[in-house]
Amino acid sequence: MSVTPDNPAELSRRTLLGRAAAAGLLATPAVGLLGACATSGSDQGSSTRAEGTKSAGNPLGVAEDAPLEVVIFNGGYGEKYATDVHQPLYRKAFPKAEIKHQSTQAVSTVLQPRFASGNPPEFVNNSGEKLIDFGSLVADGQLMDLTEMWDAPSVGDPTRKVRDTVVPGTVEAGSFNGKPYVLYYVSTVFGIWYSGKLFRDNGWAPAKTWSEFTALLDKIKARGITPYGYAGANAAYYQWNVILTHAAKIGGTDVLKNIDNLEDGAWQQDAVRQAAEAWAEIGAKYVDKSFEGLKHTDVQLRQNQYKLAFYPSGDWLEGEQEKDTPPGFEYQLMPVPSLTSSDRLPATALRATAGEGYFVSAKSKNPRGGLEYMRQMLSVAGAKGFTEVVKAPTVVTAGSEGFAFPPGVASSQAALKAAGQDVFNLYFDGWYKELDTEARTATNELMFGRISADAFCERLQKRADAIAKDNSVAKFTR
Amino acid sequence: MRHGRYPFVVGFLVAPVTLYVVFVIAPYAQAFQISMTNWRGLSAPRWVGFDNYRRLLDDGSFWKAVQHHGVLLLALPLITIAIALFFAFLLNVGGKSSGGQRQGVRGAGFYRVVFFFPQVLAVAIIAVLFQMVYRPNESGLVNGVLMKLGLDPVLFLIRPNLALWSIIAVLVWQAVGFYVVLFSAGMAAIPGEIYEAAEMDGASRVTLFFRVTLPLLWDTLQVAWVYLGIAAFDAFAIVAVLSVDSGGPDGATTVLAMEIYRNAFVYSKYGYASAMGVALFFLTITFAALTLRLTKRESVEY
Repeated sequence: MSVTPDNPAELSRRTLLGRAAAAGLLATPAVGLLGACATSGSDQGSSTRAEGTKSAGNPLGVAEDAPLEVVIFNGGYGEKYATDVHQPLYRKAFPKAEIKHQSTQAVSTVLQPRFASGNPPEFVNNSGEKLIDFGSLVADGQLMDLTEMWDAPSVGDPTRKVRDTVVPGTVEAGSFNGKPYVLYYVSTVFGIWYSGKLFRDNGWAPAKTWSEFTALLDKIKARGITPYGYAGANAAYYQWNVILTHAAKIGGTDVLKNIDNLEDGAWQQDAVRQAAEAWAEIGAKYVDKSFEGLKHTDVQLRQNQYKLAFYPSGDWLEGEQEKDTPPGFEYQLMPVPSLTSSDRLPATALRATAGEGYFVSAKSKNPRGGLEYMRQMLSVAGAKGFTEVVKAPTVVTAGSEGFAFPPGVASSQAALKAAGQDVFNLYFDGWYKELDTEARTATNELMFGRISADAFCERLQKRADAIAKDNSVAKFTR
Repeated sequence: MRHGRYPFVVGFLVAPVTLYVVFVIAPYAQAFQISMTNWRGLSAPRWVGFDNYRRLLDDGSFWKAVQHHGVLLLALPLITIAIALFFAFLLNVGGKSSGGQRQGVRGAGFYRVVFFFPQVLAVAIIAVLFQMVYRPNESGLVNGVLMKLGLDPVLFLIRPNLALWSIIAVLVWQAVGFYVVLFSAGMAAIPGEIYEAAEMDGASRVTLFFRVTLPLLWDTLQVAWVYLGIAAFDAFAIVAVLSVDSGGPDGATTVLAMEIYRNAFVYSKYGYASAMGVALFFLTITFAALTLRLTKRESVEY
């Protein structure tokens, strides 16, 4: 068996390439058996879960000496609030427990293999661009039911349950099919932002109605400033958020509920079409075409340079831009203006929710420790400490009292108060990532003039229908 | 002396083959397995047979990506090889002949280094660099100049018809340097006498190129074509970093690797993403096999 060429020169590049390909193909079936490794063993989890005795000081029955692993997303809020505030609180309550702290900017890269191998950390701050899809985590039974934690007595005041110490809607924001799995900790208000200084200097006032709004945009344009803009390259969801907020104000909050529940024709409701039409016109007249190719940091910087007047975002914007904001800029929030006088909700209505998700892994070794960590976070001391470190309000009602927020967050808190009961939220982007992606793409198409409002609605409806029919996607309703 | 040869050879091969099997072959095989399941990457996968492949058939973004690979497959090798050949020819035999030996153009050594620069840079850096070049406003390298001249900015990555070609331009810019070097090495191996003889017969530079250089470089060209073709099936890093809205606008620049990434790491559909991976695997293999078959031709011995 002498297949080896006696003359090495015969082994040309051609035969070498050919043989390598053949070898690769032959080798494939032979090692098929090896394939079982990365996907196996994921269902076992930890068979023994730490549990202690319940008492007044330990209502969740935490094993006092069980170690606890905490993974924090090191993004806009950093990790200092965890290491300097929350972890000392837990240690004070359970001095024998060892806390292993870890922080990352790519949550799914670090943790997905840990879940797959059945060894997840107890407590996770699942956030950032690389978060693990919450819907998948819930569908795969990886998350601990938080009902017990919400019903436990709060840390400072044992007569009140934890769920009664937070702003209404917090538990619902983290619920999937009615069961609470995620704690959204940071109070977030969405709106359209402008510089208080720029507007004062030019004698402009924020708009309440659509005609006021377009008149104002015309004035701004005449001053040589781009009136409105968002970043198409990576932050188109800031804009679909505005369109859908507007739709909810026009047609009532059920408009969004229908969208979240993947109802037939939800995206083709009149309110959605009207909102899309109105904003397509803004896109055509007042948005710089180049913004489609810019990232959110670029566009936000332009606003800080007074080259852009209005920018839609949540109230994390002020903190995020802290380094680039010129002194006296003064971020201010304007709720999305009313379209007509027959709008269902008043002009003050806005989208607000709790943001920044935290969960406890059901298949970790010490899930009760994770629940307790959450309860400590939701104590007044935990919330106050968080707000002092990151300058953002938490969902704990007593946590922000007496804190002097910077102008932007102060204005969003004031707007939230003014909105009263007319506060709403939407969920589909967290439940169905594909629909979020499609909404981003369609929003760019709409705002930069490539499709009409009708086509926008039709396109999104088509994708929503496809998801509703797809049996591989876990469904949620509210 | 033949006995004892196999243990010797095997001794050398054990480590690399093991590494190759564990880190290359096994994941490939596993992709086949996962593609038959509905797996979210967290708990155990559920077997669904060929469902994922059926789904591929009417997935618009998948076919869009395949179509873009078609364009890349034609444009990338053609443009890159043409430019690289031209440069390599000038660098090696494009100048005057001295002492019967053909020389490159003046400053050939310098150009050789310059052409190779892009190859030294990491792909991610190149993508970030071109973000600056293509930036659609006054701070962009190209558009800054255009706008100073009072012209409208060119929306390179934003106009759906232009976006893919802007991406291809980056891929070509990055690849050319390597192929200049590869072709230079090939040309250096062509004996000088052949050129000398051709020149005595009165061949011009153009004739030299088409009648002497090109045929004698056939093997190298073929390898270049296969490499570039395989590169055309990738293009992920540039698209991911450079394009608007990850493969946009509206999927105008998306490639299979981008769709795989999106399905796996954004939608948590690892099974479906693996099915795309398997499709990509077969596309690549088919391409390589076809190219080797179609370009089969006697090579000239010298």
